[in-house]
Amino acid sequence: MTISPSSIEQVIPGQGAMAQPSAAPGRAKRRRFRFIANAKAATGLVILGVYCLFAVIGPWVAPHNPDARSGDVLQPPSTAHWFGTTHLGQDIFSQILVGARSVMVVGLIAGVLATILSILIGVTAGYLGGAADEGLSAMSNVFLVIPALPLIIIVTSIVEQASDTLVALIIGCTSWAWGARVLRAQTLSLRRRDYVEAARATGERTWRIILFEILPNLTAIIASGFVGTVIFAVMSEITLAFIGISSVSSWNWGTILFWAQGQQALAQGAWWWFVPAGLAIALLGTALALINFGIDEFVSPRLRSAGKTRIRTADGRTVRMRVGFTPVLAPSRPVPAPREEVAP
Amino acid sequence: MRDPVLEIRGLRVDYGLGDAAVHAVRDVDLTLHRGEVLGLAGESGSGKSTLAYGLTRLLPPPGVVSGGEVIYHPVDGPPVDVLSLSPAQLRAFRWAEASIVFQGAMNSLNPVHKVSTQLLDVIRAHEPRSTAAGRLARARELLKLVGISADRLHSYPHQLSGGMRQRVMIAMALALEPQVVIMDEPTTALDVVMQRQILGQLAELRERLGFAVLFITHDLSLLVEFSDRIAIMYGGRIVEEAPAAELYRRALHPYTDGLLHSFPALRGPRRELTGIPGSPPDLRAMPTGCAFHPRCPRAFTPCDAELPPLGPPGDDDPRRAVACWLHSATAPAPR
Amino acid sequence: MRFLLQRVAFYLFTAWAAITLNFFIPRLVPGDPVQSLISRNQGRISADAIESLRVLFGLDENENVWEQYLDYWRQLIHGDLGLSFTFFPAPVSTVIGDSLPWTVGLVGITTIISFLLGTALGVGAGWRRGSWVDGLLPATTFLSSIPYFWLGLVAIALFAGPGSFFPSSGGYEPGLVPAFDQYFIPSAIQHSILPAATILVSSMSGWILSMRNMMVTVSSEDYITVAHAKGLSERRVALSYAARNALLPNVSGFALSLGFIVGGTLLVEIVFSYPGLGYQLFQAVGAKDYPLMQGIFLIITISVLVANLLADVAYLLLDPRTRKS
Repeated sequence: MTISPSSIEQVIPGQGAMAQPSAAPGRAKRRRFRFIANAKAATGLVILGVYCLFAVIGPWVAPHNPDARSGDVLQPPSTAHWFGTTHLGQDIFSQILVGARSVMVVGLIAGVLATILSILIGVTAGYLGGAADEGLSAMSNVFLVIPALPLIIIVTSIVEQASDTLVALIIGCTSWAWGARVLRAQTLSLRRRDYVEAARATGERTWRIILFEILPNLTAIIASGFVGTVIFAVMSEITLAFIGISSVSSWNWGTILFWAQGQQALAQGAWWWFVPAGLAIALLGTALALINFGIDEFVSPRLRSAGKTRIRTADGRTVRMRVGFTPVLAPSRPVPAPREEVAP
Repeated sequence: MRDPVLEIRGLRVDYGLGDAAVHAVRDVDLTLHRGEVLGLAGESGSGKSTLAYGLTRLLPPPGVVSGGEVIYHPVDGPPVDVLSLSPAQLRAFRWAEASIVFQGAMNSLNPVHKVSTQLLDVIRAHEPRSTAAGRLARARELLKLVGISADRLHSYPHQLSGGMRQRVMIAMALALEPQVVIMDEPTTALDVVMQRQILGQLAELRERLGFAVLFITHDLSLLVEFSDRIAIMYGGRIVEEAPAAELYRRALHPYTDGLLHSFPALRGPRRELTGIPGSPPDLRAMPTGCAFHPRCPRAFTPCDAELPPLGPPGDDDPRRAVACWLHSATAPAPR
Repeated sequence: MRFLLQRVAFYLFTAWAAITLNFFIPRLVPGDPVQSLISRNQGRISADAIESLRVLFGLDENENVWEQYLDYWRQLIHGDLGLSFTFFPAPVSTVIGDSLPWTVGLVGITTIISFLLGTALGVGAGWRRGSWVDGLLPATTFLSSIPYFWLGLVAIALFAGPGSFFPSSGGYEPGLVPAFDQYFIPSAIQHSILPAATILVSSMSGWILSMRNMMVTVSSEDYITVAHAKGLSERRVALSYAARNALLPNVSGFALSLGFIVGGTLLVEIVFSYPGLGYQLFQAVGAKDYPLMQGIFLIITISVLVANLLADVAYLLLDPRTRKS
């Protein structure tokens, strides 16, 4: 449940170790297609697509009403109840399907809200500089350092039976700081680029420069920040539901775990009660993380998998591609010059 | 002529493998003699740096050496092929026999370690039996050699100016008294005054210590002054090779001629500045025949079809070599 | 030194912001939570305690917000965080004092181990790309996507239970008295293994990945090529040149994400009923014990700030460039 520092954060120019991540604007289109071609990103997007589909159609295709009780109490998975039933005989498969919508909606709303806030604050701070930057940076650093989850828990607990939307708004308002920080640093470096300087020198309006010169080059970072926030929002929402703070009347995967925990599902050996929800969360988190890896590798090509690391040479040896020892494939022609005996 | 210290034979360096490979260095033959300064010049993308990284096997993936050999002749002992050394042998060879001064003085030093740490670790790695006091004395001496006071030993790289850092790198390159020092654009990042200063110092050190230098730069004017011989690279191949003065006096290859007319004359009569039209070739789609023919003002029939071999020019000056149909002794019959 | 002073100033500012936030939160609570408490505990509650709670919740109608704010600070400086509703009439500070060592012991130590271990593995994965560690990355991604508390549940289901070595809940054997003796310490360690392993498994992969990526990035720096050209041993190049530099951004990343990590790890305590701050917060939320919630939030925030400052000191020691006099 942590948000590990994205490597994008670490490849910001000025932190030393990185070539300029964004190419000339003209090459953007070709790069966009290459992103889809990234295997990690593609896998993540496919899984995410399936989740989105269930978020839309889940409540319609669910075989049972998730609230409906039945006589099949605490049944393990069967053909009638794919994921088994609860202590009240509710169908867990239906609960998962119906719960998908709440999870995705909260993730989306919180993600969009936090992304908008982070763009407003981060880009403004980075572009304007000076006192505005100092103030906004201090604010985002404060929000970054204050532990977000306890704050979200406390704020939510004040509101009786918080609805999904409210939970999403609370999460969105408290989780924009990371994105703002990364965007500020990147904007700062973009602002010093020649083409931005040139636009400024020709008297282009500030909002036009930000909209047409700066923002397009921040796309990857904004996307990565959005995905990161969605991960955090989903985890937070599920946590809130699990510890019983947000409304328990609407279904999400945290609510399922809340009831499972409350009814001692573990002690009763009802593994099916909590395993599907957990796996659903983990798989969604993995998909989102994969998308972010894809973005990372897209922004910073050095991170791409090395591809073939072992290659066979013409004379049948296998050599490893590695930094510092360029492999030698084959001599171009046999040379009678004396050679040292070499271990393979 | 002096004995060779480093012989490059048919060296080929690619980026990538198989059909996707880009051939950055193609069948390069080049000999560095003991104690001489051999200049290697060419536009960016001509493969000159790739050649240097390839022959020392420092090229990062996806670079591979796809063929050729690099014969090193030690002062005593039989010659060795650098390309067939095992990692352990290569490690022992590096720096002790051939050291390198890289382009970026800024980034060549490890920012988190003191200058002393970085000077001492290379001595300790190659001379494990040396004493700590001995190593330290050597490090002080080395700094003095390049005109830096010994108390700078305890500075971090960020506390030094760009010129000082590059001099520290030169001191480091000489730490083990290698026979060969490869310099890849060592002064490009510095201002002109500093450039002159460092080059002067380098010339002096070479007189004193007698190492050979392979000096790589895009700045031909620098080489004319500073080197004994000059090789010109274009599209991954050597296109001309001659003693510096000869080359300056009379360039044979039209490309060399173009390069020479891209900077004002240093002394003597004023020359016309023309430059070279067009841009360097795309290594992924090299022109047929002579790679220079699309930009060559004097291209004629065989140029776009057949690759001119590097060989002595028509007038048969044995110290020179050129790869151009204009000067080839064995020009193909016009079709 | 300037760097450190700047950081300290920033943390003081953040602490002030957190405290101010804490001051305003209870003013959003609908109704009068104190009045209901008083009527429930008629006669058992002292006038002082009532006054303290009134300050905390801003129920004193005679004062404006600014005066309330000053009163709040005065009270805070004396270490008075109000009375806990759940553990009535115990003061919040006592409740927190009892649970803080557990959290520091569990979350603090495992977070550091996780960072160190993850970083070490990341060095290996980044240096030898394409080795078996790279194959481990998808698995660790999956593990890090699992909510901590759910992993805790699974761990309890698999490893704890009657007859198992691992207890499923609590911080020590019931009946033992917390003390540094031969009965209590082993029991406390035995109880912490499973929660600690849970935190480790799911938090480590983030560090592996970020360190791997930094190693890959640093590996193409010029000074690494120089180190290879110098003929230094593989080990020296990897550790003293590459890892040493790759560590810097990872340490600052560690400092920045402490807030996220601690928030998540506290939940593990809930699952294991571990007597730390997270479990206490869970109980406080369930009982609508606002003073305790506020106090815990404040203490967690301040702990994170202190940890951040320590991470900054570590960074200062690691990077000579920030050490400029």
